[in-house]
Amino acid sequence: MSKIHVTTTVNGDEVEFLCDPRETVLDVLRDRLGMTGSKEGCGTGDCGACSITLDGRLVCSCLVLGAEAEGREIETVEGIATGEDLHPLQQKFIEYAALQCGICTPGILVATKALLEKNPDPTETEVRYWLAGNLCRCTGYDKIIRAVMDTAADMREAS
Amino acid sequence: MALDNMKTTGFTQVGTTPNRPDGLDKVTGRARFGADVTAPGMLHAVIVRSPHAHARIKRIDTSKAEALAGVKGIVTRADFATGLTGENWNILENVMASDTALYDGHAVAAVAATSALTARDAAKLVEVEYEILPHVTDVDKAMAPDAPVIRAGAADGSVPEGQHPNVVRYHESGHGDVQAGFDEADLVIEDHFTTEATHQGYIEPHACLGILGGDGKGELWCCTQGHWNVQKICAALLGLETANLRVTASEIGGGFGGKTAVFIEPVALALARKTNKPVKLVMPRADVFKATGPTASTSMDIKIGMKKDGTITAAQGVFRLQGGAFPGAPADMTAMCAFAPYALSNVHQVGYDVMSNRPKQAAYRAPGSPMAAFAVESVIDELCGQLGLDPIEVRLKNASKEGTKASYGPTFQRIGLVETLEAAKAHPHYSAPLKPGQGRGISCGFWFNHGGETAVSLALSEDGTAQLAVGTPDIGGSRASMALMAAEELGIPYENIRVTIADTATLGYNEVSHGSRVTYASGLATIEAARDAVKKLCGRAAAKWGIPEDAVKWENGCAVPSGPNAGDFDPLPMAEITANMGATGGPIVGHFEATPEGAGVSFATHIVDAEVDPETGKTSVVRYTVVQDAGKAIHPTYVEGQFQGGAAQGIGWALNEEYIYGDDGRLQNALFLDYRIPVASDLPMIDTVIIEVPNPGHPYGVRGVGETSICPPLAAIANAVSAAAAVRLRQLPMSPPRILEALEQKRDG
Amino acid sequence: MQYHTPTSFEDAIEIAAQADGITRFLAGGTDVLVQLRADIVTPDTLIDIKGISGTKTITHNDDGSWRIGVAVSGAEMTEHPTLARDWPGVVEATDLIGSTQVQGRCTMVGNLCNGSPAADAVPAMVAAGMTVTVSGPDGTRELAVEDVPTGPGKTCLAKGELISAVNIPARGANGGDAYLRFIPRTEMDIAVVGAAVNLRLEGDTITEARVSLGAVAPTVLLVPQAADAIIGTTLDDAALTALAQAANAACAPIDDKRGTIKFRTHVAGVLAQRAARIAYERAQKAGK
Repeated sequence: MSKIHVTTTVNGDEVEFLCDPRETVLDVLRDRLGMTGSKEGCGTGDCGACSITLDGRLVCSCLVLGAEAEGREIETVEGIATGEDLHPLQQKFIEYAALQCGICTPGILVATKALLEKNPDPTETEVRYWLAGNLCRCTGYDKIIRAVMDTAADMREAS
Repeated sequence: MALDNMKTTGFTQVGTTPNRPDGLDKVTGRARFGADVTAPGMLHAVIVRSPHAHARIKRIDTSKAEALAGVKGIVTRADFATGLTGENWNILENVMASDTALYDGHAVAAVAATSALTARDAAKLVEVEYEILPHVTDVDKAMAPDAPVIRAGAADGSVPEGQHPNVVRYHESGHGDVQAGFDEADLVIEDHFTTEATHQGYIEPHACLGILGGDGKGELWCCTQGHWNVQKICAALLGLETANLRVTASEIGGGFGGKTAVFIEPVALALARKTNKPVKLVMPRADVFKATGPTASTSMDIKIGMKKDGTITAAQGVFRLQGGAFPGAPADMTAMCAFAPYALSNVHQVGYDVMSNRPKQAAYRAPGSPMAAFAVESVIDELCGQLGLDPIEVRLKNASKEGTKASYGPTFQRIGLVETLEAAKAHPHYSAPLKPGQGRGISCGFWFNHGGETAVSLALSEDGTAQLAVGTPDIGGSRASMALMAAEELGIPYENIRVTIADTATLGYNEVSHGSRVTYASGLATIEAARDAVKKLCGRAAAKWGIPEDAVKWENGCAVPSGPNAGDFDPLPMAEITANMGATGGPIVGHFEATPEGAGVSFATHIVDAEVDPETGKTSVVRYTVVQDAGKAIHPTYVEGQFQGGAAQGIGWALNEEYIYGDDGRLQNALFLDYRIPVASDLPMIDTVIIEVPNPGHPYGVRGVGETSICPPLAAIANAVSAAAAVRLRQLPMSPPRILEALEQKRDG
Repeated sequence: MQYHTPTSFEDAIEIAAQADGITRFLAGGTDVLVQLRADIVTPDTLIDIKGISGTKTITHNDDGSWRIGVAVSGAEMTEHPTLARDWPGVVEATDLIGSTQVQGRCTMVGNLCNGSPAADAVPAMVAAGMTVTVSGPDGTRELAVEDVPTGPGKTCLAKGELISAVNIPARGANGGDAYLRFIPRTEMDIAVVGAAVNLRLEGDTITEARVSLGAVAPTVLLVPQAADAIIGTTLDDAALTALAQAANAACAPIDDKRGTIKFRTHVAGVLAQRAARIAYERAQKAGK
């Protein structure tokens, strides 16, 4: 089976890879590019652990083919921090214990970062619905929602 | 028995909420979970599974799969150890079927290939010829005389004569004269309840990477709640010597009991041995639902008698648990937990462990207790309603206390049920006004908690920092709790403790992380190891000062002379002692290896407000409060997290989660789309109240907190639905069609 | 599996017409990739149509009608500054497909061509009187949305044919639409029942209406009897009762893991009433 050559940008860096037409962006990130921050919880778009942005749009990387990434811009959890400076969301998630096991955390951080870029002042309900596709089984979401709301408030104040 | 070295006040670090040591790894994607590692030359594996609920395996033809380019090896049952007995045989039979597939999803073969896609393609080419057998998936039907026999001879001596061969374990306990108690009651209510199997629903599928050579030496990386257990079982199933298999626990993406069991690790190792290459095996989500442990489903009969003043005069329960195709459903624990919150003169409980053509049940957060609480606390609520009594007052009146003879036998030591009830009663939630269409429910819950084999090591570094090695995987922030306890004892900053989850080659045996044992047992072990290290530090100081060892005490991270020598020497900080360790007697390492047995039981009381849409039967949880006894909260934020997580899982169990089997015995909802765990928009904030009634069996009074939180929600929500819509749901989940049906029946009288 | 990225509908049609085995068109992929991953459908030929000009464009025509590119995602519809002003029901229905992540990719056309009777966008599309342009080897035809699905997982599209545009009629005066679905959770579920209502008022009286139901039959239903029950009324209690009865009568659902026949039938009436009330309010507001 012939492979497809793809050139794309991941967290600002141009990368090239060969992939099977059936491989997803998640497969490519994890197995071909060694970027295991994005997690596979279901492979069917139901859990959100593989969330990335594609040209700035929040998507499940398990529901995008690697071949579709040609010429696009991908952002993953590995690109959220700037050098050793954590993004305010990352900092707040640690401070608020907004994670227990941490498997859903990369997807939730990518998703909430996308939310706050689109809507810097979301209501609790908006945050909850925005994150409905990011399953967390440990926390009951309480501390996640608080962390997002308070980060949003901090970022509004700082800007 | 109370420990003689308890510390319950004057904490400087315990009780604070510092950032977890592994926080950065977990928010940057750097943390390595089960599926996140690779090895040079690694193959990918896929397991071939039975599509039938019950079928004889007549023939497995792997020739077409083997012929596919890139396929490097295929294993079947013939590639595992023979001659196993007891639970090892059960586990192997579940890991890889021998002559009969016992449930939809039962493993029958596995393929390793150079890529995951090739392995998937090859798995489809494995031809298995089945002879379909009659099946049963329902607990009551599995006990009926005409039910197909899952496996003859699986029952042990506990089962009374006359039971179907699918009844494999039996439990009976209690005390007093139940009939006399019912005769004393002003009102006796007897009801039948059922609950469906639910899955732990961890977001990380099981994953592992195995390496094994022809010399019988191997390494395994996997996500597990207990890697020593994995080591022991894999060694047995593959015929290896235990010490030759080193197992390293990855970061674990949720477990909740479900990762105490072994499913794929022996398969990866068998393929690794056969191909002489590292083999990675990651379960697809559908396999997780089909072949890893859900809870047992239940059928329960509860009968409780109460006087007009609220006194419970007698209680009895029959608990039938369907635990899949193997023995092991927690019928005993269900029965034992059922009435534990109450001080009863007359109580009797019976449990049946029943096999069916479903996956082998696995532990799920307080195994068995939530179902029992659903039934018992629902009946108590009905009694309160019919007698016009306040549900908290009635529970307070009957609550178990220190000295109560527990419904399951022992006498309770100091416990905190009354404190949780008092706090719930005083909580603003309990007296807050409700909107029309809303109802409020409460429930209590109980879990034993557990200690278990534990080994830790605390090695001091030259610069006065410390490396703590524990053997219990960090599922929800336990590194932080361990570091707090070590820092408290050593008197050094929290940040100076580095906590590692050691592999099986580095520490003595550690039981799996279950029974809410981590903060209790590894915590106790950490404290004791730190005290061991402190004793050695004091010894070095004593030698330096030329005074007896027992004339040195440890204060604020320093050795200080005490007694007649008090004030003779300046305090000696830890870093000054460790700086010269090499010259003063060598490395200083504190140890603890033992089986702590003082895990204190824990109780919780939950309050929930629910709203029912009378036109669609849909229930919304609008307010939720958890009140639970933690003994002592080491890191209160993570204690709250356990309370909230348990409540959320209980809400899912109550309202939407269930295993749905078709008439063909196949699981119909093996994906998160239709196995409906709560999403963020389903839940309100979950308020928490931490009660601290110290456990006399832990140096700081810690009780496990992980499990009790899932016990009350099922009944609390059923009680809230009853209050909101005046219908009593005795079947879980309380799905909209069921509630609508109940509403209609009520309307039709 | 062969993966193609044609830059014109002509090329896409030619590839599809000449392909052997199973062909799928890829826009958002939120069904195609799930089916691929779950081994339900592994296409031999996958044709990614997002490179075709116009597939990502929303156009408001001079006559007030709308043309939606076939690869326009749910999120792009929701974010459009004026589309939801005209057709809130259509936009909300599309917005109910999947999660935020799925919204970033999913399309109305995919929702329609997946052929599920439970598709969220489709009842709203049917109620709105939407059409699709179908292009194929034999030219182009325009079909009413309700004529596209022929059964669960099936459409009337022939080999080589694909949907090349989606057309929404002009909103016109005093109109309103709404879609509601029932799911056990608040999000992430497949509709157990869906109901869409589109209507127009003269004064307080309904003069035109279309009612569509989802997940209560092998295909999404257009229910003229339900529309007749409210046309000529002010959506008073009698009309609402008649609407629910007509909706109930149109239902021919199944018992499955998501709902029972009885539940679906009952809730179809409830949702039709609730959607009608919302559509009515919207039409009243539009008239002011």
